[in-house]
Amino acid sequence: MERDDLIEYSLHNHHSEEQGKSIRKKIVQVTVLLTIITTVEVFLGAMIKQSSDAWAYVKWSFIVMTLVKAAYIVMVFMHLGDEKKALRNVILIPYAIFIAYLIFIGLWEATEVSEAWKTFGF
Amino acid sequence: MAGHTTQLDAKTLWGGKESPFQTSYGKLMMWFFLVSDALTFSGLLIAYGFTRHDAQDAWPIGEETFNSMPFLGHGYPLLYVALMTFILIVSSVTMVLAVEAGHRMDRKGVTKWMIATIIGGFFFVGSQAWEWSHFIHGSEFGKIELADGSQAIVKGHFGEIANFTVIEAGKHHKKGEIIKGDLMHEFQHAAEKGHLEGGNIRLADGSVAKINKAKDHEMKLIFKKSGSEHKIGAAAITGAAAEKMYYEALYSGEANRVVYGANMKQNEYGPQQYAQFFFFITGFHGFHVFSGVVINIIILLGVIAGTYHKRGHYEMVEKTGLYWHFVDLVWVFVFTFFYLI
Repeated sequence: MERDDLIEYSLHNHHSEEQGKSIRKKIVQVTVLLTIITTVEVFLGAMIKQSSDAWAYVKWSFIVMTLVKAAYIVMVFMHLGDEKKALRNVILIPYAIFIAYLIFIGLWEATEVSEAWKTFGF
Repeated sequence: MAGHTTQLDAKTLWGGKESPFQTSYGKLMMWFFLVSDALTFSGLLIAYGFTRHDAQDAWPIGEETFNSMPFLGHGYPLLYVALMTFILIVSSVTMVLAVEAGHRMDRKGVTKWMIATIIGGFFFVGSQAWEWSHFIHGSEFGKIELADGSQAIVKGHFGEIANFTVIEAGKHHKKGEIIKGDLMHEFQHAAEKGHLEGGNIRLADGSVAKINKAKDHEMKLIFKKSGSEHKIGAAAITGAAAEKMYYEALYSGEANRVVYGANMKQNEYGPQQYAQFFFFITGFHGFHVFSGVVINIIILLGVIAGTYHKRGHYEMVEKTGLYWHFVDLVWVFVFTFFYLI
């Protein structure tokens, strides 16, 4: 039986020429931003040695810059920022919780294993 | 998104009519697939972090390992991989422009931007093939094991090998014969086997030849494994001292004193797991890029044939776009954790 009460969400995504213009403008802005961040990353990576005192700050700035880039890609390019809040949460929250735990347990265990190698040898 | 004005109330929301996510089945399933794929990649990168964190030998440094450009040689730290990153970001941008054109039902625009995206994808896959080839073949100097058991990577400009002059006849070569051509491969192979001794090379046919080679420049030994005399983190040895130590090991006549490039058993960059993670993570990502290009081509054919135009919406372009952006997203993390940190 054909149902006529179902909503075709695929048809809701159209927009006008006017809206298209502002969307394209935003895409260009994000492109410029991503390019600048990548350039800064490469510059820092090539200039500052891992043995230098500033390395710890550089390392953390890399992680922050990566997360900023990732946020722009997911929110703007993948349109997750325009989706319903429920969908956004269903995608991001379980992932974030699981990965935060995995990073914690991975690095914690690695430290312990490293200590064990040092204590008992290879 | 824009244009959606359906009134939400308790009756329609829970009557099975309105979806709480207000998105189509296909797009929702694409998102769920991407979340699971993101977990896979995170697992791989965290496993890499684990291994690096518990490694006892010095871990390779991105700007030392990846400093070559096609046609230009070496001395360009991270530039090539930055270029690859830029290509992938640009192809992500053209993809999002294709999606935007689809929302305006602009078939020509979708076709144009999809083609640009596919070209970017091919460029990236090609760059990665070059990167792999370079990683596998390695540098001209390789990694050397010194007399005290320490290991060092070697930087600098390798003096070109002009020719080999045969000083002891073998099956094929007569005494006094001068061998020319691409001798680098022969030289490295002999070095790994321990067939170099006191400035001479023992060739496969049993003949012995004198190596006529230009002088190396700016040689630098950086220690990656501690021995009884040299420790990890000690200042790099440069100049004549470095050359003396390097050629003592290279011309020792012992096998396995030098490693060139990378394979599944050993590599010149650092601990063995490093090369294995490099192959697995960048390989797995490259496989995603490759399948993304194939999917994009299939969707492009649908766009050209007018399938989606007849359907009244370009959601297929949006869905393949989600996958393509995801591939870019993964590369952003691989770039940071493999090349920068």
